[in-house]
Amino acid sequence: MSFRRFLAIMQARNKEFWRDRAALAWNFIFPIMVIGGFAVAFSGDGPDLYKVGITDAEEHQKLHFETIRYIQFIPVSDLSDAIVKVERHQLDMLISPSTRQFWINKSSPAGYLLERLLNGSDEGFRREAVEGEGIRYVDWLISGILAMNLMFSALFGVGFVIVRYRKNGMLKRIKATPVTAFEFITAQVASRLWLLLSVSALVFLCTDLVLDFRMYGSYLDLLIVFALGAICLISLGLLIAARLASEELAGGLLNAISWPMMFLSGVWFSLEGVNPWLVKLAQILPLTHVIDGARAIMIDGAGLMEIMPNLMALVAMTAVFLIIAARTFRWE
Amino acid sequence: MSPFLQVDNLTRHYQGVKAVDGISFAIERGRCFGLLGPNGAGKTTTVEMLEGINEPTSGTILYQGRPLGRRFRDEAGIMFQTTALQDYITVHETLKMFQQMYPRTIPLPDLIESCSLGEFLDRDTRKLSGGQRQRLLLAIALVNDPEVIFLDEPTTGLDPQARRNFWELVQRIKQQGKSIVLTTHYMEEAYRLCDDIIIMDHGQIIAQGTPDALLAKHFAEVVLQLPAADFPASCPELEMQVSGDLVEILSSDLNHTIRRLIELKVSLAGLRIRQHTLEDLFLALTGRELRT
Repeated sequence: MSFRRFLAIMQARNKEFWRDRAALAWNFIFPIMVIGGFAVAFSGDGPDLYKVGITDAEEHQKLHFETIRYIQFIPVSDLSDAIVKVERHQLDMLISPSTRQFWINKSSPAGYLLERLLNGSDEGFRREAVEGEGIRYVDWLISGILAMNLMFSALFGVGFVIVRYRKNGMLKRIKATPVTAFEFITAQVASRLWLLLSVSALVFLCTDLVLDFRMYGSYLDLLIVFALGAICLISLGLLIAARLASEELAGGLLNAISWPMMFLSGVWFSLEGVNPWLVKLAQILPLTHVIDGARAIMIDGAGLMEIMPNLMALVAMTAVFLIIAARTFRWE
Repeated sequence: MSPFLQVDNLTRHYQGVKAVDGISFAIERGRCFGLLGPNGAGKTTTVEMLEGINEPTSGTILYQGRPLGRRFRDEAGIMFQTTALQDYITVHETLKMFQQMYPRTIPLPDLIESCSLGEFLDRDTRKLSGGQRQRLLLAIALVNDPEVIFLDEPTTGLDPQARRNFWELVQRIKQQGKSIVLTTHYMEEAYRLCDDIIIMDHGQIIAQGTPDALLAKHFAEVVLQLPAADFPASCPELEMQVSGDLVEILSSDLNHTIRRLIELKVSLAGLRIRQHTLEDLFLALTGRELRT
């Protein structure tokens, strides 16, 4: 391994990326557009439905309150989890019929209305106020969009580019020099990793200025999750590109991998409540672990220990992808 | 001492097709060695095996007595028939990138000077003309101050002026004592540049030697042409034929023939002597035109 040769390849690739204005603009503008679009589209309160969590849903006498239309009653099992959801405006109210308690968020207009409705239909409930700012859809979405951008950029920016290099003879030219396959591949990975993280950081900062995302965890932890995710997805790109020489086939394969990931990894919507089989399938997709980890940090304030299963999954997948890619790699 | 590059019984099969079929030859240090033949003769496959890019199906290649390895990589300069360069970087940055890949290099200013890259040094590599691009690819092949340089059809697709400029560059490299391996299907190029040639067809060597020796071996005679009007009605001892208003005399001993013509008081004012070319040789060897 010669660091000088590694650097030579990496610098050339970096220059190519930064000077390809069209692709560069796309890398920035696409995620910002998506986030901006969703921030506008979901800026209202969404459907005219109030969400009320209710404990011991089956074991109490029906309240009059429960007969009111346009309120969705959601059974909850864990009281403290549910209280956190009230703090974050994910639930408008939480009631516990057995203890005659209810919780609302002081800053939530929906909570105020529901309190009036409850007091009008049933008696004897004690009010427990909590505080906390709401989690908007964009707060939830940002991790997904950043991860999705990471995925497309990693898969196509590494996989597609290496197939193109192989097809047009660039790889053959490098093979004729003392550069080893390992030096070449690590340079590609390092170059892409560096720009993926800088692009993601910039997109995050730009959209954060306007939208002011909720961030309950540590930025360093978030960076670690995204870095591991980027390395894993780049390795997957390398695996695809290991020996293909047709750009069409590579493009098809990359699409076949990236589109299911985009829908099954929870970029746009949570997989809670869908077919358990799909939820299991999503666990073998690297993007799922990036998004779950990032959301846990941003929204739940999780630390690295709490998302360790996600991190371990990413590391394990990276190892598998890299080993297979290194064994099957062909210059020509 | 072992030859500079020694090739023994080299074979390369592609899905049952024998692209190269058991060829052997040796390349001496400091010579320009040419592989000639029509498209599909196996030249590029052969040269890519010599470059270590393509694995032989069987046979051996020894560089200074040893199999191709690390040292060969460091000491070989390679110019492929087609090479894509990295997009969005300039000529100068491209040279720098390749320079950083080698342990021993020549200073970039010398390289830029010798390959005449100065006027388009800061241009994106995508915006070069054909001749400029070939000069850059040659410069890349020379960046590690190689002992041996491989040029695979380096002037294909260039206009005559650019081709002539390129030949001058190669002549200069030869003068520095470098060994060169050149493939071409331009016979004039081979004749001007190569010290030794092999002619290939269907994966096999059909002739080998210096260009002049090959021509002398296959064509004993040169052709003298004289205007028919200057010619006496009969001249014994001369093998001659009339074609249009020219008389062509085949001569295996030019001195003798000219002495004889002077004795016969034939005016030599309109005399022209035509050499057989490598094109004629290829036609004679295979019964085919070279570029079909």
